[in-house]
Amino acid sequence: MLSPLEIEALSLSLKVALWAVACSLPLGIAVAWLLARREFPGKALLDGIVHLPLVLPPVALGYVLLVLFGRTGPLGIWLHDWLGINLVFSWRGAALAAAVMAFPLLVRAVRLSMEAVDRRLETAAQTLGAKPWRVFLTITVPLTAPGILTGLLLSFIRCLGEFGATITFAANVPGETRTLPLALYTALQIPGGEAGATRLALISVALAIIALVASQYLAKQVSKRIGLS
Amino acid sequence: MMLDVDLQATLGDFKIKAAFQADAGITALFGPSGAGKTSLVNMLAGLQRPSRGRIVVREHVLFDSGEGIDLPPEQRRLGYVFQESRLFPHLSVADNLSYGYALVPKGVALVDYDAVVDLLALQSLLTRRPGTLSGGERQRVAIGRAILAAPRLLLMDEPLANLDAPRRAEILPFIENLRREFDISIVYVSHNMDEIVRLADQLIVMADGTIAAQGPVDKITARLDLRHLTGRWDAGAVLSTTVAEQDDADKLTRLSFPGGDLWLPQLGLAIGSPLRIRVHARDVSLALTPPEQVSVLNVFAGEVIEVGADDGPQVDVLINIGSPQQSQLWARITKRSQRELNIVPGRKVHAMIKAMAVDRGDMG
Repeated sequence: MLSPLEIEALSLSLKVALWAVACSLPLGIAVAWLLARREFPGKALLDGIVHLPLVLPPVALGYVLLVLFGRTGPLGIWLHDWLGINLVFSWRGAALAAAVMAFPLLVRAVRLSMEAVDRRLETAAQTLGAKPWRVFLTITVPLTAPGILTGLLLSFIRCLGEFGATITFAANVPGETRTLPLALYTALQIPGGEAGATRLALISVALAIIALVASQYLAKQVSKRIGLS
Repeated sequence: MMLDVDLQATLGDFKIKAAFQADAGITALFGPSGAGKTSLVNMLAGLQRPSRGRIVVREHVLFDSGEGIDLPPEQRRLGYVFQESRLFPHLSVADNLSYGYALVPKGVALVDYDAVVDLLALQSLLTRRPGTLSGGERQRVAIGRAILAAPRLLLMDEPLANLDAPRRAEILPFIENLRREFDISIVYVSHNMDEIVRLADQLIVMADGTIAAQGPVDKITARLDLRHLTGRWDAGAVLSTTVAEQDDADKLTRLSFPGGDLWLPQLGLAIGSPLRIRVHARDVSLALTPPEQVSVLNVFAGEVIEVGADDGPQVDVLINIGSPQQSQLWARITKRSQRELNIVPGRKVHAMIKAMAVDRGDMG
């Protein structure tokens, strides 16, 4: 049904998106917590930086990543020398680009949900002997679960669709960074590639719809489980 | 000494300056809303910070501004039952109960889990979620959860305020049993005098952020100078009695107290059990001569100590009854009677209490 190239693009897309989301989740929850629960100097700046990918052209962001994480970029050299990781021309680079682009969606959803958690429950847990980190893990995070789930799926879908930052930073390498959108773009560059492009577009649409429906279903289930509705 | 507090705090425009001691047992913190009761309890629990002072619970210093001690709430080990129960909605009742139970530090004796479940009748609720419980059930779970954390002292901030009268009556006995079974000391915040009379041993009256009075419940409720705080409309005296005799034929019970004996409709209590009752001022009438051929069972010879000043048609009269040991009663009479009978301090009177006037709700 699907051609080997389509399967390659699809599985690469899923791999990139899953890694991007999985790796950004802990940081996303931490940043959401900082923004929802803490007052500190530079909070507005952090808030702005987190939201930057929403307003910046993806290509510009890809370029920033290239400057920072490229072979000669300060962070790129560090990663290469210490961990032996190259991001450019690698699916890891595609995952990083996708993660950065999707990060604001993740943080936003988690933050909104966390702000809605009744802080009086947290003080109640404290009076029962729970230290702050335990309160966070046993009360705050479980009650934020619907927001975490929404954030995960929104950012997952965003990762699947990521194009500009990926192609600028990680380039368009078949089997390595050529995700569905990049494969679609490539198909359109070839004369007579419209049929292939249409198929890839339909696959993207199907994937997005499945993810959205799944997210709504799961969010409802989770809300029910934690007794919020 | 169970609790020794001396602290000051400024919360916006509101200042709190409170110093008091409390012995083991139930200490009621009473006062009108806005008197600073909840803030005071929050400061004990470590949820609000006093600007200076000292808090000592059972020889443990929890806060001392002079020595820079300020334990976080989780290290104070004070149980806290909030007005709105604050059960964790994502956990079952059983998991709510064991939340603090699992966090009791090593070396601290655990509270008997099954005994708490039994006492608060929680067995049938264990698998349920807080969202499916009634208000009364929630408060029972919240009380159990706090007790199971093996607190040094239990703080209860108007735990019954959100419940209707029948639910309240349902929970009060649980709180009474709690103290009996687990030997736990409680600071009980309330603005309901009936609850306090029933539960508390000591009473601390707060007004405008300061302690207006503190002492045994019966002494404080008898003080005329505190009447504007302890309540005018449900004024009454508290008598600490013991069950002395059961008259099964007439279905009456005799209670004895320092000032005499009181006959009441029969109570299902063993002889010798202590019982505190509240005699409302409106249920006490006065006569100058020993009344004869009246239906009232309880007549006490006494002497007027004080006559309250009042603008209304009635006055409250404080009377000493009994000798050699004495108790005090309040009587609410009309101003006209007061004038015609010449009720002034020093006057010998006879106070009458209808047996039927004291109902179960006034007893503790």
